[in-house]
Amino acid sequence: MVGIYSYGVYIPRYRITIPEIARVWGANADDITRGLGVLEKSVPDQDEDTATISVEAARAALLRREIDPEVIGAIYVGSESHPYAVKPTACTVGEAIGATPNMTAADYEFACKAGTAGLQTCMGLVQSGMVPFGLAIGADVAQGAPGDALEYTAAAGGAAFVIGDGDTIADINQTCSYTTDTPDFWRREGQSYPRHGGRFTGEPGYFKHVQGAANLMFDRMGTGPKDYDYAVFHQPNAKFPLRVAKALGFSEGQVRPGLAVPRLGNTYSGSSMIGLAATLDVAGPGDRIFVTSFGSGAGSDAFDITVTDVIESDEFDRAAAPTVEQLLADPIYLDYALYAKHKGKIVMQR
Amino acid sequence: MRDVAVIGIGCTEFGERWGTSFRDLFVTAGTLALEDAGVSGEDIDALYVGNMSAGRFVEQEHIGALIADYAGLATNHIPSTRVEAACASGGLAFRQAVISVASGMEDVVVAAGVEKMTDVGTGASVDMLAGAADREWEGFAGATFPGLYAMIANDYMHRYPLTREQLAMVAVKNHENGSKNPIAQFRNRITVDTVLSSSMVADPLRLFDCSPITDGAAAAVVVPVERAREFTDSPVRVLASAQASDTIALHDRRDISTLDATVAAGKRALTQAGLTHRDIGMLEVHDCFTIAEICAIEDLGFCGKGEAGMLTAEGATALDSDLPVNPSGGLKACGHPVGATGVKQICEIVSQLRGDAVGRQVDAEIGMTHNVGGTGATVVVHILGV
Repeated sequence: MVGIYSYGVYIPRYRITIPEIARVWGANADDITRGLGVLEKSVPDQDEDTATISVEAARAALLRREIDPEVIGAIYVGSESHPYAVKPTACTVGEAIGATPNMTAADYEFACKAGTAGLQTCMGLVQSGMVPFGLAIGADVAQGAPGDALEYTAAAGGAAFVIGDGDTIADINQTCSYTTDTPDFWRREGQSYPRHGGRFTGEPGYFKHVQGAANLMFDRMGTGPKDYDYAVFHQPNAKFPLRVAKALGFSEGQVRPGLAVPRLGNTYSGSSMIGLAATLDVAGPGDRIFVTSFGSGAGSDAFDITVTDVIESDEFDRAAAPTVEQLLADPIYLDYALYAKHKGKIVMQR
Repeated sequence: MRDVAVIGIGCTEFGERWGTSFRDLFVTAGTLALEDAGVSGEDIDALYVGNMSAGRFVEQEHIGALIADYAGLATNHIPSTRVEAACASGGLAFRQAVISVASGMEDVVVAAGVEKMTDVGTGASVDMLAGAADREWEGFAGATFPGLYAMIANDYMHRYPLTREQLAMVAVKNHENGSKNPIAQFRNRITVDTVLSSSMVADPLRLFDCSPITDGAAAAVVVPVERAREFTDSPVRVLASAQASDTIALHDRRDISTLDATVAAGKRALTQAGLTHRDIGMLEVHDCFTIAEICAIEDLGFCGKGEAGMLTAEGATALDSDLPVNPSGGLKACGHPVGATGVKQICEIVSQLRGDAVGRQVDAEIGMTHNVGGTGATVVVHILGV
């Protein structure tokens, strides 16, 4: 069966706390921390971008399982912050891991769900026999305008999933999507920061689409929340995934292992994929995982996944690359001035 | 002058109606009111619609003609007029309908109110609402509506023994009532702690002291009393319709924590109806902020200045009291689509007087509505009875 052959994550080591951002804007840190359920967010180093994060995550996936990079026939990188508007990040990743030149590649954009869209594309290519393996990456150095609500959560990080057919560490039993044209969050060509429709991003955006895709999955599989050991949702903050989980009938216990956002922030295209990776970090053979991403604009991809025995076999070395928990531990904290420098918010003399 | 009766009412659900357009809102409310009244399009002689700022909220002006058109009345060529007095637009539209019928000019008149506020962001909405105050002397200086009502609250709390907890009880009571109203935007019960731990908006007013941004529409049909029985077995009489104005800027008032226009309109209404305070069995007042309900109860003369907070805390304005205030949930819980609020207040009182307010029914034969524009520059008061 088609599924996850290996996976890897990369999160920059730098963090800024929500109270530090709130201090600069004169906002009430307690209100914001409580409202979002987020304590701190990751910050890229000055020379880190979506390409370097994608390469690191891809390398972590290859460390965990021996794969000849040349058999990877397709690479898709989903992001809202590709370093180039024209010139694919996916080619940089392919070159860096040695998968070029006999491969296809493209960059995807679907707000925060472009990574899972790439995952679906790889599933199709692998299942049809067009390529033996595909590599799907979701990564971002997320943008949030200074002082905007997004600035409190917009973080950096990414996850890479190698998709193969047979001998997988986790089978993907089913995937389905729910998509509409909904303008809840957008960034136009040439603009530095995204804009959003405030509360409109909630019910008509996130909740409608996540629930739409999740219920479609339940219908297709004849399942309900109790059939799964873990549930992962796109996590722009901690409140939304916990609320949608409750509305769908999942318990907080099913969601917590994959809820990286309180100490990570919102890594946009990386968000639900890092959540899935954090869940695979702790899951065992036979565990069933329910995943639903969300991308503004808007759509959700749902996945029904079953972990196989391979995850604990000699073929796969989970400890060969850091877990999400290990990547979140031991951060270096920045004040707002250094954060502004890291994020390029201070324009240097050229 | 002829006596006037309400023969039909209709209200949309209030809330963030993202899936419903401006015109769908008023068509829904209008249709409900006409069905309730048992009148058809050709019966209607005139239409008045209260709307504060469709030009800025949805970039649509010429609301009077638009409503008549989408109500299917374009080919009847009836007079249709938009009325604007900021948040009192709805109450004023109803008053225009009443005056038109009382004068003998028209017989069957629809009063409607509509506002679609969530098509713009919160910041834009707050700025549009600031247009209800004095733009040059208040708005340009940075005063928002929460800011102006916070000044009223601070002045009031400095001069009178109102506690923060008593102020919170206004919102707690209105959410309790809203929980029983199927059209209310917020149907959740809250506690004093919910209010006191919510985000600060403008000191001392917190998030749960403030009415929300809302989409919604309401409509009522009025006719001369002598014709009311042609349409319905349960007409509700309009016993008084009063209106007063005051300085547009808060700082020009004689006393910033007394709304003199409320005092004037309240007195005029009682005189007109030949009633005293003891005759009034329920109130729908303009609680755009919790402090506004405290001021309204006092300025309408139902208790002395400085007493409404204690009375609220004692439950003297609760649904099961002798003087229920805001049985609909008020602006706080039912929602505040600014142009529609005044007509919604009429709908609530009519519904209560007819005994149709299932789950929140008040035992009263006479009710009063109180609709405020700005910080009290326009006040419209109506008294209705069976």
